[in-house]
Amino acid sequence: MFESKSKKVTFKVFRFNSETDYLPVYKTYEMVVESHEVVLDILNRIKWEIDGSLSYRRSCRHGICGSCAVKVNQKGVLACKQNLFELIELFGEELTIEPQNIKRAIKDLIIDKADFWGKYDAVEPYLVAEIDEHPACENIVSHHSAEKIDEADYCIQCGSCYYSCPSVAYNENFLGPAALAKTYRFTSDERDSAKTERLTNVNEMGKGVWDCVKCFECAQVCPKGVDPIGKITRLHTQIFAENLAESNVASRHAVGFKHSIEKHGLLDEGELVRYSEGNIGVMKHLPEAFDMLIHGKIVLPWDMPKSENLDEIKTLVDSSSTQKFD
Amino acid sequence: MDMTVLKYALFTGCTAKNSTPELMKSTEAVAKKLGIKLIELKEASCCGASHLQDFDEFLSLVLNARNICYAEKLGLDLVTICNTCNLNLLIADQKLKADADLRRRVNEKLAEVGLEYKGTSRVRHFLYVLIEDFGMEKLTSYVEKPLEEFNIAPFYGCHNIRPAGTQNAANGKEDPYNPSSLERVIEALGGKAVEYASKNKCCGFHADLQAPKTSTMLTANALVDAMDNNADMIVTPCPLCHLNMDIKQKASSKAIGRDIHLPILHLPQVIGLALGLSADELGLKHNIVEPAFAL
Repeated sequence: MFESKSKKVTFKVFRFNSETDYLPVYKTYEMVVESHEVVLDILNRIKWEIDGSLSYRRSCRHGICGSCAVKVNQKGVLACKQNLFELIELFGEELTIEPQNIKRAIKDLIIDKADFWGKYDAVEPYLVAEIDEHPACENIVSHHSAEKIDEADYCIQCGSCYYSCPSVAYNENFLGPAALAKTYRFTSDERDSAKTERLTNVNEMGKGVWDCVKCFECAQVCPKGVDPIGKITRLHTQIFAENLAESNVASRHAVGFKHSIEKHGLLDEGELVRYSEGNIGVMKHLPEAFDMLIHGKIVLPWDMPKSENLDEIKTLVDSSSTQKFD
Repeated sequence: MDMTVLKYALFTGCTAKNSTPELMKSTEAVAKKLGIKLIELKEASCCGASHLQDFDEFLSLVLNARNICYAEKLGLDLVTICNTCNLNLLIADQKLKADADLRRRVNEKLAEVGLEYKGTSRVRHFLYVLIEDFGMEKLTSYVEKPLEEFNIAPFYGCHNIRPAGTQNAANGKEDPYNPSSLERVIEALGGKAVEYASKNKCCGFHADLQAPKTSTMLTANALVDAMDNNADMIVTPCPLCHLNMDIKQKASSKAIGRDIHLPILHLPQVIGLALGLSADELGLKHNIVEPAFAL
């Protein structure tokens, strides 16, 4: 038996006109889908054959312009790249197509991406360098050096990571994964002369790398393999390596792990919070700490367990450390 | 008759030794009841929890390679009971396997303490050991008190499901957008799994100190989502998700402007309830939001 080449699918499509509508509606379209079809094919068929008023962005049809990004059952996809049979296998035969962020919908699947572009602009997404306007020879970048920025350079600004990022959803100041990955793209470019300014910018609490919640939504959703969170991790280490880390709750929290491992092998959670927050800052955790204490969830300093063969761990911390923080 | 005894090297993680003693107790009790042998890696250090990685990636790789070495010495898979431990060990393992030069540099350091990373132990979470090696049918056969009266909301935690490219080798190719393993466990125990949007979302734990507002809102959102879908409890395989959701319910209530009260149970606590283990064996007294139905 051959596998059926077509499937009947119910599409629920987000419909909204910000100029005339108070609330959005989800319109239902029953369609027969072929195995080769992508999300964009269905949107086109709805527009061309059923309802010409359906609005969505699309341009290149080759996964490179980044304009057709939408969400299907909350999964961020490029409409032109995402095969429908894959989605049917994952979610079943009812698929809900929504804009990347329903709060920013202008018309149907088209959103106002001004917030995304604002963050993007804020990291100066271009090479900062003294350029000789009439160079006598090519400016050769080594293969090794180019490799470092390859992945980050694949970004097509589709916004899939940005509109999947939970930290962006609750903190309008957070630069978000795309702008941070772009920052890394230039801090790791040997031709760029603004590394310090760039790292200082993303080191700022409330908007920079420290507000990442480490959920990996960005790495998961990116259609181009940029791995934004991997780049955010690199930015953290660059901030330490360039000696730009200020002594604050975020930097001390990262360094506190090393101190604890050196001393116990395991993490001393209470001491980590005290060291990160400082003796005064730690006070705000007292109500929760009290709840934990009476439920037997706090190990007192003298009872702190230690890893066996702790001397090995100390030796390795001594010999393998590559960063300093005072 | 299957005489094979399932045996693993247990990487407890720091939380089970600190703020979630109930995770340690319930894991041991459930493993014993199911006849799974867990040999604790007492030499292991902290995995770095992604924060040491932010500061000094090479050091974290060396330490995690050392952790894996001790499982290799026993010739066993390394099994974790914390999503974040699992991901960070997995990332280290995969980086070392993919990069011969990095492996050489890490092994040079390990040689100083007489160890060598070979890459022969699989890194896995206890949840997926139960699903893949133990099996859900067999789990059902051990159930003494089916959880049929409970609506149980699964909360996966980011670091067991994302990024799929890293996780696939360890989690049976669970899809991060529509995971199902916890539902399978809940159903095997006779419970009813709650379907809700937040089940595969972030609890905010890793930015708890750095971005407390974001962190608390993420926790609050997940909690009210589960409550709005009639959950009697949340079950999670991750002690860090557990901490945020169990300890921060008062702060979450305040942040979101709603009363929040929902018991949060560790995966082995829920399994243990169905296996007929006692509240004491499962360390239920340590849960801050009292699972009154089980006491």
